[in-house]
Amino acid sequence: MDIVNEILEKEQKKAEKYKPITVEKHLDVEYDLGTLLVYDTNDLDSKLLDSNSNRDEYLQSLSRDNTQLLLNKIWELPTERIDEAIVVRLPQPTTVLPRSKPVPKPKPLTKWQEFAKAKGITKQKKDKLKWDEQLQKWVPLYGFRKAAAEKEKDWLIEVPQHMDPMMDMYEKKAGEKSEKVAKNELQRLKNIARSRKVKIPRVGLPITSDKASATQLSTAAVVAKASTASLGKFQDKLPKEQEARGKGVHELIPGKERKRRAPVPTPQVEKQNNLNLIDKILSKRPKIDMEKAVSQHIHKEQTQRSEEKKSMKPAKGKRKVKGNNATNFSAKKPKAGKGQRNMNKKTPGRKRR
Amino acid sequence: MGVIQRIKKPTTRKGKKVLLSKEPKAIEGPKQCIFLQARNPSEQARNVLKDMYNLKKPDAAYLSRKNDFVPFEDASVIEKLCYKKEAALFGVSSHSKKRPHNIILGRTFNYNILDMIELGADKFKAMSEFHNMKVLAGTKPCLLFNGPAWDLNQDLKRLKSLFTDFFYREKVETIRLQGLEHVLSFTSTQDGTIYVRSYRILLKKSGQRTPRIELEEIGPSIDFKLRRTKLASDDLYKEACKVPRELKPLPKKNISTDAFGTKMGRVHMGRQDINRLQTRKMKGLKKSAEEKKQMLLKKKMAKKEAKKAQPVN
Repeated sequence: MDIVNEILEKEQKKAEKYKPITVEKHLDVEYDLGTLLVYDTNDLDSKLLDSNSNRDEYLQSLSRDNTQLLLNKIWELPTERIDEAIVVRLPQPTTVLPRSKPVPKPKPLTKWQEFAKAKGITKQKKDKLKWDEQLQKWVPLYGFRKAAAEKEKDWLIEVPQHMDPMMDMYEKKAGEKSEKVAKNELQRLKNIARSRKVKIPRVGLPITSDKASATQLSTAAVVAKASTASLGKFQDKLPKEQEARGKGVHELIPGKERKRRAPVPTPQVEKQNNLNLIDKILSKRPKIDMEKAVSQHIHKEQTQRSEEKKSMKPAKGKRKVKGNNATNFSAKKPKAGKGQRNMNKKTPGRKRR
Repeated sequence: MGVIQRIKKPTTRKGKKVLLSKEPKAIEGPKQCIFLQARNPSEQARNVLKDMYNLKKPDAAYLSRKNDFVPFEDASVIEKLCYKKEAALFGVSSHSKKRPHNIILGRTFNYNILDMIELGADKFKAMSEFHNMKVLAGTKPCLLFNGPAWDLNQDLKRLKSLFTDFFYREKVETIRLQGLEHVLSFTSTQDGTIYVRSYRILLKKSGQRTPRIELEEIGPSIDFKLRRTKLASDDLYKEACKVPRELKPLPKKNISTDAFGTKMGRVHMGRQDINRLQTRKMKGLKKSAEEKKQMLLKKKMAKKEAKKAQPVN
């Protein structure tokens, strides 16, 4: 027991030598170790704060206590050794601070990229340099020294036969190139407009709803109304709606066009008509559909033949081998006298083997 | 607007690089800060900003030219300068009879003003007035917010976030224990006074692993009074606080804890082939010599049959 007491006393003495590292608070303080932040919600001593002489001391002691609490927590974190220094791994910060710029959005795909993605087309890498047989040197695919190589190569351009001999081929080539550049630029702008959902006028295509005139729109509305009508029930009219009028509107509306009634016939004509009708009925004979009859006959014959074949026994001596047809060649040597060779012909046919 | 989405293409390669560097990133570095002077700043107000600049130094710029503008009326000067300097934080000093020693602290989001808080520096004692050793520039300070008033109203809540933003510097994974040497203490009272103090940490022996902390004031010591504020709407603030998806921790699948706190995991197993399962081996179930012979014969017969069944050609 003596030893225990001795050790305890020693410890106590040791502890007395140093100031304590514990701090007492009414309310627990909030920590955010990731940002090295402490938020102390305990009430402040207003008396000490108001007095000018004691304020700084009070604030320092308050800060000391809170710092002690924070560092106590930090010292508990797992430590590592990096380049002779002892470091602690900090947890994720809990305070969320605003960003300086918005969250990056994924890049919008261009029309081509979208198409390639849908079709599963992947970009194929090309070599930057290519051996040019004509120049006998390596020519870059694009960029530095490409234009010079092209110039060297095209020191002369042949004018094709069907073209105007006075045509400047160099000018034509430059024009084509600038056109390509312009097209590419236009496509780039179109892609930007598409991703920003800007409406751009379409070129050389039929009128869309956003470009149609008032008469065209009203005609379309009337036609749509007639088309969607069910059992003579039409959609309600709008307050100031007007029926579309004009040349050709009537023909567009389904169901509007009725058959013109025939004029009232004279008695003679009526009589003739009726007699014709009676004649037609009385002289009715069964009509023969020749095509149908022929096909029926052929079918009958075919079925009969196939049944006969089935009932017949296979010929003796001939071994029937499964799958032995013209396309299935075997390694066996063909027998003589089985082929159809006609030596009298100009081409006696293949010698079968 | 990204570089790709620009209608006018950058003409030079360097210009393109600059524009690319200005594009939003998922992980942002430390926020840059500019300190500038508005109309007739007082000596005291200027010194306050200078000391703040000293505390923030590697990520800050002090613009010494006077600008004739009032931030609360027209903040376009700030927005322009922030764009130019790629800064997200700003401090403006000014002085007038109505608002003596005026300090405006604020931040921008996407080069537009997010928050702006006006503070009056009533009492100020500069860093140079404390004759002692200062901390190293660029150290990450510990931030202390004292007093229940910080959660009292929206203004102080935002001010707390703003102060954190100013001195937080950067998210770090690890920190050197000996490098913890600076403390910034912000104490607010009910009447809107904010005491800002700055201390150096002295690590003393405590007889334990954790050291005993002592503090030494190194300045600056400022007594702020809260004045006007211009805070972002909740929508904008929320938008600004958005965390990119790639930084959000992924939810761990197939792990659950039951009522007793035991961690349970669900593991996927492939389909078991019962026919080839090795059950318990027993002598009684062993095949005798006769049986083995028969099995071999059977196998042979099966092989022969298979050969026969093959087409002749």
